[in-house]
This record gives sequence, structure tokens and C-alpha cells, in this order.
Amino acid sequence: MAGYYHDEDLPRFGDMGKNAPELWEKFQAWYGAVFAEGALTQREKALIALGVAHAVQCPYCIDAYTQECLEKGSNLDQMTEAVHVASAIRGGASLVHGLQMRNVAKKLSM
Amino acid sequence: MPSLNSRHHELASASEQLRILNNGAGNGAGSAHKLFDDALEASGLFPLKATGIDVFQINVGKLCNQTCHHCHVDAGPDRTEIMTRETAELCMKALASTAIPTVDITGGAPELNPNFRYLVTESKRLGRHVMDRCNLSVLLLPSQRGLAEFLAEHQVEVIASLPYFLQENTDAQRGEGVFEKSVGAMRKLNDLGYGQQDSALTLNLVYNPTGAFLPPSQKALEADFRRELGKRHGVVFNQLYTITNMPISRFLEFLLRSGNYDRYMQRLIQAYNPSAAEGVMCRYTLSIGWDGTIYDCDFNQMLDLPVSYGAPAHIRDFAAGKLSARRIVTGQHCYGCTAGAGSSCGGTTV
Repeated sequence: MAGYYHDEDLPRFGDMGKNAPELWEKFQAWYGAVFAEGALTQREKALIALGVAHAVQCPYCIDAYTQECLEKGSNLDQMTEAVHVASAIRGGASLVHGLQMRNVAKKLSM
Repeated sequence: MPSLNSRHHELASASEQLRILNNGAGNGAGSAHKLFDDALEASGLFPLKATGIDVFQINVGKLCNQTCHHCHVDAGPDRTEIMTRETAELCMKALASTAIPTVDITGGAPELNPNFRYLVTESKRLGRHVMDRCNLSVLLLPSQRGLAEFLAEHQVEVIASLPYFLQENTDAQRGEGVFEKSVGAMRKLNDLGYGQQDSALTLNLVYNPTGAFLPPSQKALEADFRRELGKRHGVVFNQLYTITNMPISRFLEFLLRSGNYDRYMQRLIQAYNPSAAEGVMCRYTLSIGWDGTIYDCDFNQMLDLPVSYGAPAHIRDFAAGKLSARRIVTGQHCYGCTAGAGSSCGGTTV
């Protein structure tokens, strides 16, 4: 296998329904409902998804939600800020664990 | 940037564009896709037929002061094909024989055609509503002094291209400095009463995506444009129309060059909407080319696909009866008008 990620796989996501159609249909129905216009707009939801896509570092999701954000009318300034939000949480999550390091170091130290 | 035509680019040829749309790019960049006519058939709309003629659209030629990257006309300052007075008079004679309520004048930059003002005044004399598809920057050309005032005097509806409310996105598509000129021209129109509340002068804007993606919700984007253009530049407008980029001419060249052709076609096909297909503009529009040839729409015009199936294909043979119930010539590019909320010269159709 030349590599694990292939952009031509993204449109084949539906193949995941082949051996577990009922689970796939439930996922599809839930997914569709999640992204429907609600208390948040579809544009806001797409920006959240873009941020999360970067946090989980899923290239398929980044591809899909970059296009989705553009098609919902977001611009690069807004999309870049969304990625910074995700990155700040990731960075902050690492940094806040520094308190564990400090706790352990304190316990071990005289 | 010169036009595809003056670069002798292979995509300047309509037959080469049709070959790619029908068979794929042939270099691994694309492949044949599901036929548009099959999609129509599945929606119970094949063969697609006109429901009447509400809009008499005249494309007065390919001459333009801009060379936008996505232009489906391949227009530019280097193009010389423009409508003559004789053909313009034939158009007005045909119009006079009908009760078609709206005349839609496009190009190129239609105002650069010496017969533009004749077409406007004659259409108004016949009591028709007139729309000018304006690139805005043309209003600031020294050679066009008095143009904005002329449009206002004749109560011409201005439909102006402005792909985004930010300079970066607009200039990337339409050329360096175009955004600033566009805002300047909007100010000039606003000063004349265009786009103002309680004014009879209408200024509508046209958004089209600055890349290989579909347009956003027209309503949501209109609110963004109104807020941002008002806040940043103090300019106003009436409505925003969102239009999908057709996979032809310079936008097709961009799709192929950037490796986006196949994906974009798949996106259009995936987003095929039967309701949008039912309301496509060719069903109520007639498109006249600069040389008097009659087409179902401006896109068919650029692909050299005149009306067919027994309908008269030149303005000198105009026959409203035959044209208003004609069968429409369709092709793979038509997916551009049927994706999502639909796309027409008047924005979404659903």
C-alpha cells in the first residue's frame, strides 16, 4: 500500500454502509440532523466542524469542511480563526497538563 | 491577462470545451460523468421545453475593460466581436413584435458597445423594463462619462458583479484594483439614488464563488454583504443574487489547470436538484448573440449551441410563437444551473 490516505476515498465514505447498513443509516440520520439549521446556523456548525477537523487531524474532514465553509459563505479570515481556536484548545490542553507535571515534581522533590 | 482567444488557447474553441464536458479531459484530470439528460429524464423533465419568453437577453459582444479569471464569455479588451447597429435594430424589431416585458443587456461590458444607448432608449420607448449587467468599473472610465446618469435617467436596473465584500477575494477573481473601483462606482450609483430605500432605481449585486465551490445561501450572504459593505464602505444595494460558476471557458480552464475539474463536476452532479431544473432560466429566457444568432441561454451561446429542433436560429427570422414553446438544447454544462438552490441570471431559482 503506497499510503493510508487517498483523496479519492472521500466520496466513497458511503461504502462504510456495506456491511452494517442499519448502523450506517443511523449515523447518516444523526449526522444530517446535527448539521441542520438549528440554534446554530449551518455556517457556524461548519466552522466548528472545521476547527474540530484540525483538532482530530482528519485530512478527509479538513477537505470536506473547507469546501463546506466556503459554500456556506465563510472567508479565509474566519476559517483561519476557527483553526486557531481549535489549536489554542489543543495547545492549552497540553499546557494545562503542565500542572500534573508540577504536582508530580513537587511530590518527588524535597 | 489576455483572453483565451488571443492566447490561441485550445479552450477558446467551443468544440474543445464540449469534448471535455462530454468525454472528460483525457489526461486523467476528468472522465465522462452521468449525462445531464438522464438526470432530466429521471426528474420527468426530458426533453426540456420553454414555458414562454419573459426575458429578451441581448449579448452585445465580447468587448470588456476587464479580464476576469472566471469569465464564461472569454471577454476582454482584446476582443472585437460586438453587435452592429443593423443587428441591434433587428433585435428591437423582434422585440416590438412581442409583449416580452424585460430586456436584459449583457456582454462583455455592454456599455462599451456604441449601440448600447440605442438599445436602452428603444426598449424603454417600447415600454419594457431594462436591465444592464454592469461590471461597475466601466462607470468610471473617462470614455463613459455620463453613463451612470444615463442609466438613472432611463430607470435602468443595474445588475452589478461583485464576487465578495472583501478586496482580496474580489481582486483575485476580477483583477488588481477592481474592488476599489467597484466600490467607487457603487458610491456614484448610490449618489444618483440607486439602491436607496424609497427609490425607483434598483441596484442588485451578483456574487459568484471565487473558486471551485458552490455558492452559499443567497439570503445569508445578502445579509453579510449588506452589513459589511455598509460598515466598511458606506454603500447600499437592493438585492444580492448568487450565481454558480459554469464549467466552461475561462472557469473551465481554471478547473483543469488547478486539478479541480472532476471534483467540481461531481459536486454539481451530486447537488442536482429537480426543483432547480424545473425553474431553469432558459425556460423563460431568449438569448441573442452579438451576430444575431438566437440561443437558449448565454452559456449555450458561448458553447456555439444555437436554438434547434425547428426553432428559428437568427434574429432576422424571429418568430415568437415557435420560440416560446421550443425544445431547449441541453448539455453537461447545464448541471451548473441545477445544483443546490439553482442558478440563473436572477440568482437562485428554488
